[in-house]
Amino acid sequence: MPKTVKLMQGNEACTVGALAAGLEFYAGYPITPSTEIAELCAEELPKVGGSFIQMEDEIASAAAIIGASLTGRKSMTATSGPGFSLMQELLGYASLCEVPVVFVNVQRVGPSTGMPTSPAQGDVMQARWGTHGDHPVIVLSPGNVKECFELTVRAFNLSERYRVPAIVLMDEVIGHMREKVELPDASELVIENRPAPKSRVGYKPYEAAADGGVPPMAPFGEGYRWHVTGLFHDETGFPSNKPEVADRLMRRLAAKIDRNEAAIRDYVTESLDDCEIAVLSFGSSAMSALSAVRKARAAGVKAGMIRLRTIWPFPDEAIRELSSRVKAIVVPEMNLGQVALEVERASRCTARVARVSKVNGELFRPEEILAAIMEAAK
Amino acid sequence: MSDKKFYRHLIRERYCKGCNICVAYCPKKVLELKDGKVFAARPDDCIGCLMCELRCPDFAIEVKPRDAAASDGADERVVDLQVPPEAHDA
Amino acid sequence: MSETLSYFRQDRLPHIWCPGCGHGTITGALVRAIDRLGLDKNKIMLVSGIGCSSRAVGYLDFDTLHTAHGRALAFATGLKVARPDLKVIVMTGDGDCTAIGGNHFIHAARRNIDITTIVMNNNIYGMTSGQYSPMTPKGMLATTAPYGNSERDFDLAELAKAAGATYVARGTSFHVPMLIELLEQALQNKGFSVVEALSQCPTYMGRKNKIGSAVDMLEWIKGRTVNAKAAAALPPEKVQGKLLIGELHKSSQPEYCDEYLKATAKVRRAWKNIDGGLRGCEQNSD
Repeated sequence: MPKTVKLMQGNEACTVGALAAGLEFYAGYPITPSTEIAELCAEELPKVGGSFIQMEDEIASAAAIIGASLTGRKSMTATSGPGFSLMQELLGYASLCEVPVVFVNVQRVGPSTGMPTSPAQGDVMQARWGTHGDHPVIVLSPGNVKECFELTVRAFNLSERYRVPAIVLMDEVIGHMREKVELPDASELVIENRPAPKSRVGYKPYEAAADGGVPPMAPFGEGYRWHVTGLFHDETGFPSNKPEVADRLMRRLAAKIDRNEAAIRDYVTESLDDCEIAVLSFGSSAMSALSAVRKARAAGVKAGMIRLRTIWPFPDEAIRELSSRVKAIVVPEMNLGQVALEVERASRCTARVARVSKVNGELFRPEEILAAIMEAAK
Repeated sequence: MSDKKFYRHLIRERYCKGCNICVAYCPKKVLELKDGKVFAARPDDCIGCLMCELRCPDFAIEVKPRDAAASDGADERVVDLQVPPEAHDA
Repeated sequence: MSETLSYFRQDRLPHIWCPGCGHGTITGALVRAIDRLGLDKNKIMLVSGIGCSSRAVGYLDFDTLHTAHGRALAFATGLKVARPDLKVIVMTGDGDCTAIGGNHFIHAARRNIDITTIVMNNNIYGMTSGQYSPMTPKGMLATTAPYGNSERDFDLAELAKAAGATYVARGTSFHVPMLIELLEQALQNKGFSVVEALSQCPTYMGRKNKIGSAVDMLEWIKGRTVNAKAAAALPPEKVQGKLLIGELHKSSQPEYCDEYLKATAKVRRAWKNIDGGLRGCEQNSD
């Protein structure tokens, strides 16, 4: 079976990935630089028996995908910084009520209106902490067009497996650039679905093992007649503000991520084993970083590269191990050092962390990162 | 008037909050509050208009036809809510 | 078991509403309307926002969704588009629906999506103990209007009609038989239906404005309304400043989900006959 090879835009690959994962409902609102995702979903979803709706704002879009997901339909929305900010309350709702949904945030320079057509990576902390209260969330970061496909499929699978909101954190370059892409055949894909209840009788929508258990989820409209509320709730799904119920719920939700961090963890490396200077990066800045690492190696400096494809949960262990054996970790980002903060935390200052921040709406040139590697190697 | 109908008032005391709406709007002044709970003081005057049942914000009162007059004078007020409502009709 | 109580999750009763609050009466009216229509409990989706009124869904034995403040209609839209065959009912309050939820309200009406919206209007934010809302009559008192509300309130019926709702009615917790009838009509309308139900809030609205007990408030509600049908025959001074109750607007317009399915019919294939996985996508437009 010849592979499908196409010249594809990142936003298109993301949409094709969502469809491959079983997307059936998209609600969204136009915003540069993610609008292509909405346009393609509008075109493609009816072809698979799904539905598209353009809502009146991003809050409504987030609400609509949660509503649709509750009927058992895989649902997604895509936006950028300003819209992502509006979606935060309901992202928290999906997290507390354990409703699988996928949010795509094609980042642009922020805050505020910022620079709508320029790439940035300034929403990393928002993706993790944007909504109020402790809450589980998974954030993936594609570094090229093909990964827009792969990580969107993965976002759906993780979201369904753990009943958590999954965020595909792209940026304007990743979203708009085109690359030749060899897409896997449908048969090669593993598609996961939310755990289903065993029986209607005595169905408890939020009963699961305390250590991060994922409760089975019934669809609305099939006679379970269950209750979903944004109030803290006990195993039956009804409101409760008993302290022990709240404690149990919060810790079970958090454990869904913490207990499964190893399975969610995802990063790629190059010449990391024997390196003295490590470069940690993600998304489109990683392309320049990789080029810089190779140039440093050519110049005799032992540089290595680690690229995060899962940003949250943050791979503390890998960073701790890495920082114990390198002189410095160079962290190039298109923000003022949000991931660098995490690297410093995880490395516990055993290695110097050198931030390389680019906040002018341009991509890194490899030379800028190479200079930082050379500086750190002195 | 031999064909006069009689009614019983099934009251769920645990639901009743003594808001007095049913007492005020009963056209025949059948109902009264005692210790903050409704009770049928003059069940025989009830004409079965169901205004109390429709108006009750707490679903605490239900009017059922009753074949004989309230001979036994059973005070419907004392309703044990642990026993499901329909058990009282058994 | 009484038919009415069979629609409730009885283990959740008694409910949290204050003694004499009209929300219970309105919830009872909805249940009686559903019972009369013989709707299938398994196919009813009840969606609510945040506030006293929105706690209603937790007590009713359907698939129920208690969402975020003001967002019930947006959640309900997602539910309805994903499952057009289900009966979707939104239970909301005056603040939830017309303040923070106002944008979703006018757009749901504009789309004429088949959702029945019950706005339990007690003219105040009850849950947060007595602030004025967009439906608090001008001049009345509230904790955030200690000198009298200086804002005009919405005419929700006109707002709904102007935005495109195809069934608009106003009822009250006093006129219960009429309210049941209006809810029945609303539930049968294939399109966006709005029933504003005036409700008494003795705890905050009543006390703050010294209107009195729940019964006094019901009399107040009775006094400030006039039946729309009767209004035509009444002299103007009898109707002036009164709220019309009854069916206020009814029109037939294409329903949103029908239109979407019609528009996409030529490409629509059932999910089952797609082998899943990759689907070809034409290069999208730039």
